[in-house]
Amino acid sequence: MDWLGPEEWKAVALSLRVSFWATLIALPIGIFVAYALARWNFFGKQLLNGLVHMPLILPPVVTGYLLLVTFGTQGPIGGVLQDAGIVFAFRWTGAALAAGVMAFPLMVRAIRLSIEAVDPKLEQAAATLGASRIWVFVTITLPLILPGIIAGAILAFAKAMGEFGATITFVSNIPGQTQTLPSAVYAFLQVPGGENSAMKLVMVSVAVAMLALLLSEYVSRRIARRIAGT
Amino acid sequence: MTLSVSFKHKFADFSLDVSFDAPAGLTVLFGRSGSGKTSVINAVSGLLKPEFGRILLGDQVMLDTKNGVSLKPHQRRLGYVFQEGRLFPHLTIRGNLAYGRWFVKKNAPLESMDKVVEMLGIGHLLDRRPGMLSGGEKQRVAIGRALLANPSVILADEPLAALDEARKAEILPYFERLRDEISVPILYVSHSAVEVARLATTVVVLQDGSVAQQGSAADILGDPTLLPTGVRGAGALLSAKIVKHHKDGLTELSAGNESLFLPRVAKPLGHVVRVRIAAHDVLLSRRRPEGLSALNILRGRIIAIRPGEGPGTIVSLETSAGKVLARVTQRSATALELTEGVECYAIVKTVAIAPEDIGGFR
Repeated sequence: MDWLGPEEWKAVALSLRVSFWATLIALPIGIFVAYALARWNFFGKQLLNGLVHMPLILPPVVTGYLLLVTFGTQGPIGGVLQDAGIVFAFRWTGAALAAGVMAFPLMVRAIRLSIEAVDPKLEQAAATLGASRIWVFVTITLPLILPGIIAGAILAFAKAMGEFGATITFVSNIPGQTQTLPSAVYAFLQVPGGENSAMKLVMVSVAVAMLALLLSEYVSRRIARRIAGT
Repeated sequence: MTLSVSFKHKFADFSLDVSFDAPAGLTVLFGRSGSGKTSVINAVSGLLKPEFGRILLGDQVMLDTKNGVSLKPHQRRLGYVFQEGRLFPHLTIRGNLAYGRWFVKKNAPLESMDKVVEMLGIGHLLDRRPGMLSGGEKQRVAIGRALLANPSVILADEPLAALDEARKAEILPYFERLRDEISVPILYVSHSAVEVARLATTVVVLQDGSVAQQGSAADILGDPTLLPTGVRGAGALLSAKIVKHHKDGLTELSAGNESLFLPRVAKPLGHVVRVRIAAHDVLLSRRRPEGLSALNILRGRIIAIRPGEGPGTIVSLETSAGKVLARVTQRSATALELTEGVECYAIVKTVAIAPEDIGGFR
């Protein structure tokens, strides 16, 4: 990777790390929320649904600002977490939080759709054969929604890789700390003679996105064939 | 072991109030669609939670609303065969069959997988996935899956309804074997006269959400006042023992003092089979007929007559072989002066009895 300078390379590596952790941590929460929205009726369901989808509709800069207000060191949650030794503001962890929040609605949508496609009659059949609710979920529901989970995870990963507005608002644009790939592209375009570096990062960005899509397509199709039962 | 069911439940536009016992053997819950059959079986499975009632299996309480007991489906040790099979598409046939065993208590006695696979003839399917199976194969796997879950009761909700006639004939014998070989009660929902005649040891007739009648299959099907299968589907059950296979392709059976001749029954001598004689295949005569091609002539006494709404009437005869129903016109009944207590002869053509009318007997 000689053609990437150290600064560019740092941005790519940081973006991959941020996106990886954002996706990994959002995934179990996303599955739980998608299941709750798809299958349970509870008070405040529409509120939860709205909250989950908020980052999709709000301007990213607003989401970033809200994150800064709540998770900044002065914020109500950020302050408590700081006492526990967890800091988000102006750290790569903050970039991961912003990316995770922005990617969350896409992930939940994909998983929720796949849960709604599972025939509850199969889950009933499993229950009559002796499986408790948690076992039904692990042995029947989870394998059947695996394509949706993978699609949701890849979509979230790609979204996290490209997240810009909320990230730069929440954790700024510090090279090596919070300067993700899109932030670096933006930074290079602000200085004379930076177009060359920006172009390289744009190409990396396109390549990663393309690879992610192809991979998800391939894995989903393989699993879907297996689940179709043939 | 006996399954005793007694509960009440109100739906928005329908209410159920049922009470019956299902002893060992196969109990058919019989009734038209909308009579509440599936709701009853779902109450036994725990998929429906009735408002009031008790469901006991032997001395195990599955539901007792008075004492706030209601076991979850997975705690009831069921083997449920659904109408549409409901095989798990992401598991192989082997995985489907073994599914229930994951949740069986460690030292519980288990049905042998090999034995069940062999009985159902599904050995060649084990490594396939459900999507590649025919309807009949799927249902056989579903039966195996239910059986291998180590159930204390087997439930079947119209398991043949989604199959064509040929597949039905393929699956029926497996339920006969199940009935005759396992000791746990089987509760079987159906609206088919053939299935009742072939499988039932006990019949519970449901009508508009309550039990209209319950009793042994022969009693219920032979009673002209009940006719759960409707006038067109009416037919009595006889049990008969195979005494001889004749060279001309006929099998001779004895029932009471009478001999019956049926098309070849592929069972050994001495075997007892149950034969359904459809009421519309029976002729009546006041005198023993002579010079007639029909081989089966049963002497009996009329015990009941039930005129139908149309020109037909159903006559019930007590013969030494058992009860026989005949469907004749009211005009003939008048002409022959058929009344209760009159002695007459029931005539049944041998070839009128189809293979699916003859089943194994418990």
